[in-house]
Amino acid sequence: MKRLLWIVAAALLAAPPAFAKVKVVSSIQDFASIAQNVGGDRVEVFALAKGYQDPHFVDPKPSFVLKLSDADVLIVAGLELEIGYLPPLIDQSRNDKIRPGAPGYLDASIGCDILEKPTGEVTRAMGDVHPFGNPHYWLDPDNGRVIARAIAAKLTQLDPGGAATYKSNLAALEASLAEGEKRWDAQLGPYAGTQVVTYHNSWPNFLKRFKLVAAGYIEPKPGIPPSPAHTVELINMMLEKKIPVILMEPYFDAKTPKAVAEKTGATLVTFIPSVGGVPAAKDYVALFDYDVKLLSEALAAKKGAKP
Amino acid sequence: MKRTHSLVRIPWQLAAAGLWLVTAGALAQEPAASPTPTPTSSEAAAPPAPVEAPAPAPAYPASPPPGASGGPGQTSNYFNPSISVIGNFLGVAGHNPVENLPAASLRESEVALQAIVDPYGRADFFLSFSEQGVEVEEGFLTLTSLPWKLLAKVGRMRVSFGKINTLHLHVLPWPDSPLPLVNLLGGEEGWKGTGVSVARLLPLPGDTFSEVTLQVFDGNSEGLFSAPNRGNLAYNGHYRIFKDLTEAVNVDLGVSYGAGPNDTATKSDLEWTTLGGADLTLRWKPLQTGNYHAFILRGEYIHSDRREPVGDQRGYGWFVSGDYQFAKRWWVGARVEASDHADNASLRDKGQAVTLTFNPSEFSQIRTELRRRVYGGTNVTATEALFQLQFAIGAHGAHPF
Repeated sequence: MKRLLWIVAAALLAAPPAFAKVKVVSSIQDFASIAQNVGGDRVEVFALAKGYQDPHFVDPKPSFVLKLSDADVLIVAGLELEIGYLPPLIDQSRNDKIRPGAPGYLDASIGCDILEKPTGEVTRAMGDVHPFGNPHYWLDPDNGRVIARAIAAKLTQLDPGGAATYKSNLAALEASLAEGEKRWDAQLGPYAGTQVVTYHNSWPNFLKRFKLVAAGYIEPKPGIPPSPAHTVELINMMLEKKIPVILMEPYFDAKTPKAVAEKTGATLVTFIPSVGGVPAAKDYVALFDYDVKLLSEALAAKKGAKP
Repeated sequence: MKRTHSLVRIPWQLAAAGLWLVTAGALAQEPAASPTPTPTSSEAAAPPAPVEAPAPAPAYPASPPPGASGGPGQTSNYFNPSISVIGNFLGVAGHNPVENLPAASLRESEVALQAIVDPYGRADFFLSFSEQGVEVEEGFLTLTSLPWKLLAKVGRMRVSFGKINTLHLHVLPWPDSPLPLVNLLGGEEGWKGTGVSVARLLPLPGDTFSEVTLQVFDGNSEGLFSAPNRGNLAYNGHYRIFKDLTEAVNVDLGVSYGAGPNDTATKSDLEWTTLGGADLTLRWKPLQTGNYHAFILRGEYIHSDRREPVGDQRGYGWFVSGDYQFAKRWWVGARVEASDHADNASLRDKGQAVTLTFNPSEFSQIRTELRRRVYGGTNVTATEALFQLQFAIGAHGAHPF
């Protein structure tokens, strides 16, 4: 009898880790995907902004307060990307674990290669500029690796029992990224130096990593919708420089980019900036697989079409 | 008839005890970590936005530039609060002898100062400068580290009665306040109180947000309550439920109940005004491709029972409005409203309005409203055009919801 009690007690003591998963909330789906890869069964993840949503404009819905209120870890992109909705949600969550500076708060930008940090004066005449640098930095697999390591370290800190799991999952993810990079370099390598036009300035890290160059933007200034004068200038520039593709985020109005593509003969490619943007981009590696394939095919078609 | 309530004395002590508990609780609880200091460029009052918001847009400072030395000139003002100013210009055309607004006015310049106070709370000040003078629209301490999922505010604040009353002027979807607010909640400015507010999350199954808010205020509120004795306080309770019906559709429901001594009360004979309210907000905003289309349906009902020595005045008012976003920067809307007067329920005003709003950027907004109001007890039917220009400078505000 006593022995049975011991067994029951041992089972009860052993049981909690099985259901007490680490609750991870992230601002964008990319971090949720990486956290899921690294955390495996030990974590439960939720992303506030969906991959097909403009990450600058997220409604601070009270339902998010519930998610944050129970969270053990909050992963943010930082660099003021979430400044428009997250701060009031953190306050209302009444959850001290996930406040900036608390152990459960992880700013994924730390340690990443951040581009376009303004050096001179910054004013809103420049549009919606981010004074701490371009916040779309997760679109470089090197930064993805940094983020994955930071998430693994954070999970290990909060759940030391899972250290071995996190270590091996991280190794698997890094291996998968390394393999992916070989694939992507092979696909985009032939187009190094190619100039492209993008809608919003969402891709500097991606372009830098794959040695492509942004020649211009559909938006005259970040966050300001296209204006006729700017569009005319852009078309002339694109014709002159023979820009082959326009990359557009899925959440913008396609009207102007379509018109520009028609006028210039460039191919309009709907690029996915985040995991979940399309069902095929189901995780961080698949996101690059999807985008790289799309872009390399568009560039290959252009090259083939040229005499 | 004497109507002095025993209610009058006890709550003051209760409130004091509650405040003490709340504060003691906050200080006893060692917070998990102190929030990091604030770079000035964090955030402040909400910019003019077509969506509504709980007014105090409780902003939290951004984390310091992560590993960044790139922040332009931040360090010297590291602990300064974030500052923003929102200008609200109003031009009016048409004839209206009842609400005789000036042809042009800088109706409000709202200065917001916001920062973390210490590991236990944050402070928000909203100072409203009009052409006539300055008023502390809100100024409160929010205790964010309380136990039992409590969130407390102490100071002067917009009262959580219904939805529209909690919103600052610049985040309303119209340039003017709807009639039920004007007639039943003390005027264009609505109900503001100085006291204590405590809100608690009440978890419901199925990811439904639910929150109850209890508030105790000083018994004087301009245009609404007037306390003959210090112990005569005003009270408010609000219960809110929010549910995502689908990814794109959500519903926000609230009921409110408030009470306070009205201006017919005397030291010996307390006369109460009790207020009841219900509010509904239904939002549709697809997140998928081709977005920047949204629809918001709002409705609010307010009931006022004002006891007076000569008899009771029981009046009610309501409005229903819809706003549709048809392009990234454009909104169109309509509002229907009607309300009795609190002090004379036989007088009933009615109105209709249509609005067109353009947001050149997140930080400026141009709005036109065509409004028709029929005033009870007069034969005045006023048709007016209101032109509003709002512009925000300073720290980036949290987009209100």
